[in-house]
Amino acid sequence: MTERLTGAHALIRSLENEGVEVAFGVPGGAILPAYDPILDSPIRHVLARHEQGAGHMASGYAHATGRVGVCIATSGPGATNLVTPLQDALMDSIPVVAITGQVASSSIGNDAFQEAHTWGISMPCTKHNYLVTDAADIPDVISEAFHLAATGRPGPVLVDIPKDVLAAEMDWHRAGRAELPGYKPSVKGHPMQVKAAIDLIQSSDQPVLYAGGGIIRASAAAELTHFAEMMNTPVVTTLMGRGAIPDSHELALGMPGMHGNYTAITAMQKADLLIAIGSRFDDRVTGKVSAFAPKAKVIHVDVDPAEIGKVRAADVPIVGDAKVILEQLIAEMEKRATPAPTRELWMSTIRGWQAEHPLTYDQPDDGPVKQQYVIEELNRITGGDAIVVAGVGQHQMWASQFWKFEKPRTWINSGGLGTMGYAVPAAIGAKAALPDEMVIAIDGDGCFQMTATELIAASTEEIPVKIIVMNNTVLGMVHQWQRLFYEERFSAVDLTDHTPDYVKLAEAMGCVAMRIERPDEVAPILEKALAINDKPVVVEVKCDPNEMVFPMIPAGGSNDDIVMSVEDLR
Amino acid sequence: MTNHLISVLVENKPGVLARISSMFARRGFNIHSLAVGPTSDPDMSRMTVVVDAPEMEQIVKQLRKLINTVKVTELGPGDAIEREIMLVRVNAEASKRAEIFEVAQLMGAHPADVGASTITFEIAGAPDRLATFFEMLRPYGISDLVKSGRIALGKTPARNA
Ligand SMILES: Cc1ncc(C[n+]2csc(CCOP(=O)(O)OP(=O)(O)O)c2C)c(N)n1
Repeated sequence: MTERLTGAHALIRSLENEGVEVAFGVPGGAILPAYDPILDSPIRHVLARHEQGAGHMASGYAHATGRVGVCIATSGPGATNLVTPLQDALMDSIPVVAITGQVASSSIGNDAFQEAHTWGISMPCTKHNYLVTDAADIPDVISEAFHLAATGRPGPVLVDIPKDVLAAEMDWHRAGRAELPGYKPSVKGHPMQVKAAIDLIQSSDQPVLYAGGGIIRASAAAELTHFAEMMNTPVVTTLMGRGAIPDSHELALGMPGMHGNYTAITAMQKADLLIAIGSRFDDRVTGKVSAFAPKAKVIHVDVDPAEIGKVRAADVPIVGDAKVILEQLIAEMEKRATPAPTRELWMSTIRGWQAEHPLTYDQPDDGPVKQQYVIEELNRITGGDAIVVAGVGQHQMWASQFWKFEKPRTWINSGGLGTMGYAVPAAIGAKAALPDEMVIAIDGDGCFQMTATELIAASTEEIPVKIIVMNNTVLGMVHQWQRLFYEERFSAVDLTDHTPDYVKLAEAMGCVAMRIERPDEVAPILEKALAINDKPVVVEVKCDPNEMVFPMIPAGGSNDDIVMSVEDLR
Repeated sequence: MTNHLISVLVENKPGVLARISSMFARRGFNIHSLAVGPTSDPDMSRMTVVVDAPEMEQIVKQLRKLINTVKVTELGPGDAIEREIMLVRVNAEASKRAEIFEVAQLMGAHPADVGASTITFEIAGAPDRLATFFEMLRPYGISDLVKSGRIALGKTPARNA
């Protein structure tokens, strides 16, 4: 006998069938029907304090696990509040499914209460989106949405469901096979191209593997490291690709790009071959494109054919899954009689740059606390055994520069969109997914003020994240640019050093709170904070407002002109 | 800029046209004309798009990336049968009428509406024939014109190889 269910019930059951364990959301009028069956479901619902928070939580969950993150919002303002996290997930290829309520079908188009054209608004900021018009379609649409979010180039998918469709009854059935005649992502790389790639690498004197977030998304870090070793090829890891190879590995050169280190940037500039895998020649990496890696041939491996040739022409394009293609490349190399050249000259040139231009900072004993020092101390005290989440700004760049990433999925940040306020909710999402892992957000004071209220959700839901608020009293990255490029005319960057009182604010939200004001307090207070596991902890660090992130390539500049310190600009 | 012709087979689903035009707008690609209609398969529609762009690779790839796009074919000059319909209204004082009808007949255009001082012709055919007809009418004074947008189908080989 067929079972009659409401659309809302079918929705929750479909989510269960997809293996969803936790959903992040905020209820409201149009989505109300879905919040009733959720009470009886094993799915844990985390009540976010703002839908942007719910969206970033879903994305933090997905970042940390590789599984699809789920967020739920009501129509109108609930849905429009999701725009930022959806675009964020689109830019960073994060698998997220968003469910939004919509006004009743009969009211659509009438400017009804809390109506927004969610389908239209979300179209350019999702991989795909749906407006469900019949409750009977819900199982299939949910199954398609998860399939699209997780396969090919991952990304966000939104499903908008009118209230009457949620309330209507349907004959329950499991989803059939997704019928998507226009969607066939390539998995395996073309064998000829794989051969051509190995030929090119074998004949290269100065190759660089340019590993991006695609390596993390494809769970291909082990294969990448193995391949790099096999080919004697150094690896740069982009902001999204940090952790793709252990930073302690002798072939790891760290992060290239606008705030990358000298060696990573210069190795790419001098390379005769770039092997881009899951990276997309983003402007933050290339600087001025016409001056980027001028002598390099390019092998470009990506699951999204549109990324290949978009910015830089590829000599050997390979479309497919990074993990599968790395396996193919490894297998092809194993067949070859000649091992990879040792490239001693290239490696010793690189060692020379590393010795001459390390990342540096100066922490005076009695001076203001430097964020770089806090990050290194955190790294030391945890032994690196933590998932690090960042906001956007100077603190994010220092976290990426100074934390030693040894494993994939231990670094969660907003790379493509650069969304301030990302850290607190994304950390909550990651911790909800992996309660046994330590999750530490390194946040700026400006970012923290954007989404700190999600800590109320963390306390009440008992999601004990650790938040380090780097209180440099300014919107630091903007402050830095105004100092360097606007004659120190500081405009709208002052956050003041005493309002809010971060300790009181954090305590009011149910967190344990501490404050670091001097360098000698850094280690003992961090140790104390990291030992607390039953509540969210906020540590405010009063730090130097004038410290700047270097190296730096001014926007639009050539990667040959690395600014190592402020003196270089004078 | 050069005009490029692409034929796009899409799933016949609500909003597909919006997805395509939104993608063009977002990526800064210019649509010169766009014609859309059903195909022999009720689940599919075909769009014929004429694009103003220096190169087509990104456009084709971005079109393919849309989930509801089933097939994208770039049609080079001579690869396709191209057709368009034009309605053109020309000033036609009594003394010029015979002459205008002669031009129209020569070009295979038909009068669709004859008014006191104007005649509206319809002409269907390859885009260059429409352009020629337009040029021939121009001296008389054209008061209005509308085109359907180009439709095209790739040519098939004359013989099986
Ligand atoms: C939502 C959003 N608004 C504005 C910006 C522009 N922006 C980039 S970094 C930054 C300053 C961030 O300040 P803070 O969180 O204090 O971090 P800091 O740079 O001081 O480490 C701003 C305003 C942004 N990236 N995101």
